[in-house]
Amino acid sequence: MTSATTALDPSLIDWSRAQFALTAIYHWLFVPLTLGLGVIMAIMETLYVKTADPKWRRTTRFWQKIFGINFAIGVATGIILEFEFGTNWSNYSWFVGDIFGAPLAIEGIFAFFMEATFIAVMFFGWDKVSKGFHLASTWLTTVGATLSALWILVANAWMQHPVGMRFNPDTVRNEMVDFWALVFSPVAVNKFFHTVFSAWMLGAVVVIGISSWFLLKKREIPFALDSIKVSALVGLIGILLTMSTGDGSAYHVAARQPMKLAAMEGLYDGTRGAGMTALGIINYEKKYDDDKPPMFWELSFPKLLSLLATHKIDGYVPGVRDIVSGGYPAANGKTEPSMSEKIRRGKLAIAALADYRTAKKAGNADAARLAKAHLDENFAYFGYGYFNTPHDAVPNVPLVFYSFRVMVGLGIYFLLFFPLALLLVKRRRFEHLRWLQWVSLFSIPLAYIASQAGWIVAEVGRQPWAIQDILPVMAAVSNIGTGSVQLTFFIFLVLFTVLLAAELRIMTKQIQAGPETAEEEH
Amino acid sequence: MFYIDGFRAMTLGRTLWAIIGIKLFIMFAVLKIFFFPNLLNSRFDKSEEKSAFVADQLTQKK
Repeated sequence: MTSATTALDPSLIDWSRAQFALTAIYHWLFVPLTLGLGVIMAIMETLYVKTADPKWRRTTRFWQKIFGINFAIGVATGIILEFEFGTNWSNYSWFVGDIFGAPLAIEGIFAFFMEATFIAVMFFGWDKVSKGFHLASTWLTTVGATLSALWILVANAWMQHPVGMRFNPDTVRNEMVDFWALVFSPVAVNKFFHTVFSAWMLGAVVVIGISSWFLLKKREIPFALDSIKVSALVGLIGILLTMSTGDGSAYHVAARQPMKLAAMEGLYDGTRGAGMTALGIINYEKKYDDDKPPMFWELSFPKLLSLLATHKIDGYVPGVRDIVSGGYPAANGKTEPSMSEKIRRGKLAIAALADYRTAKKAGNADAARLAKAHLDENFAYFGYGYFNTPHDAVPNVPLVFYSFRVMVGLGIYFLLFFPLALLLVKRRRFEHLRWLQWVSLFSIPLAYIASQAGWIVAEVGRQPWAIQDILPVMAAVSNIGTGSVQLTFFIFLVLFTVLLAAELRIMTKQIQAGPETAEEEH
Repeated sequence: MFYIDGFRAMTLGRTLWAIIGIKLFIMFAVLKIFFFPNLLNSRFDKSEEKSAFVADQLTQKK
């Protein structure tokens, strides 16, 4: 590591990352319920408009209240992440500014205008606008929230797979040259659908869980069963599409972030026809360059990892050791350089940037041109120049490995849960099965755990990169006092915990009150 | 009109708006101002100065 980065307090990077993770995790408690419940309540209102049956109006209005509580408590919690960009990650913010600016600006416009306009009609417009216009407003509120998520996920996908930009050494910024390459990057498209469908799944679990509470209390039984019918179907569609897009994610990760895939699998030595570990106990002390076994115990499906990662039964999947050594065939058909070679070229790129700026300052056009050529030649490896050893490029393998298994394991659980719930509610058995009602209620936290585990896989798995290959977190972080980051970490911890407690308290009170009667509504 | 009538008729909404108000106040009037200044904007006025600073940070020249 070069001088300035070694001058950083190492715990500054950890605390800055922890703070960002904390705020992102709390923010993500609110977002998926907004996206998932939005679709469910919009379908319920569609049923009301189509059938004119007042039971669907009552059902819709109840879930809209739950949606409103979640929306109100969660709104703007994501802005804190932008505060952190400007203060704790100022190098990163400047470096990516032009790329992040466009999607986030569009997100702001959609979030503000679309959601603010239609959410008011949705909450306050019952009996004041036509049924059709009210229904359209409910759908557009959901679409607005989903489009807001789209732009955030486009920005996130760019960090995982930077495309459509050119680095300008004069401004030290990446400048967008192809907006559509960003938006239609396969990583962005896949990430968007995977995230949104998983939110449908989460919303469905919450609705089924709360409805089951009513069944356990023997209250509002027709309302609860109607809610379960709609949400179990949305959940089933959601989990099937989540799994389908998850397969797409694995394929893209294998091609573009092989280290993340190796960490997800705890795979140190690559092979053709690689098996996928279903369950395993990982060796925490394992390093890529020692001879310790990577697993103490594992249960694997033969060939499955190769099939998922390359869509070929005997496709080659590199392990951590192969990625460090290089020399294996990459997804683009070229032979992948070793980590040492990438580090060497990264250091050349960083030196070339320094030389370029010195030459420009001195007015030496020839030297600037030469340095620019060196920079362009090696820029793809720019971020590797901040590493001292290949160890710096390896993420926390155990955390990624176990998070992946938690996510997939719970995904399989929900793949069984939704058809079962749907079948039993259709056969009028759900209301009699108290064990299933308890299981449904306790499935609510499991849906959140699955959702958060997915983000841990995505974000911890790509460490140490803030932007894949071109900016690691150690270079992205601002050189500020660790104490101030620690202080704000705990302020956020308190603030978000209070907000979460408020949400749970208000939501619980509202659930206990149950859906409105006709008299209460008026 | 929706907003005016809606706000007048609110019951649960009043609590939620109070939470939103307090939250936004803490975020923008306390956290943003006292704890989260934009580092580059607070130190430099011109883009060239910001570029030079980040370049120094990234290339390890002080």
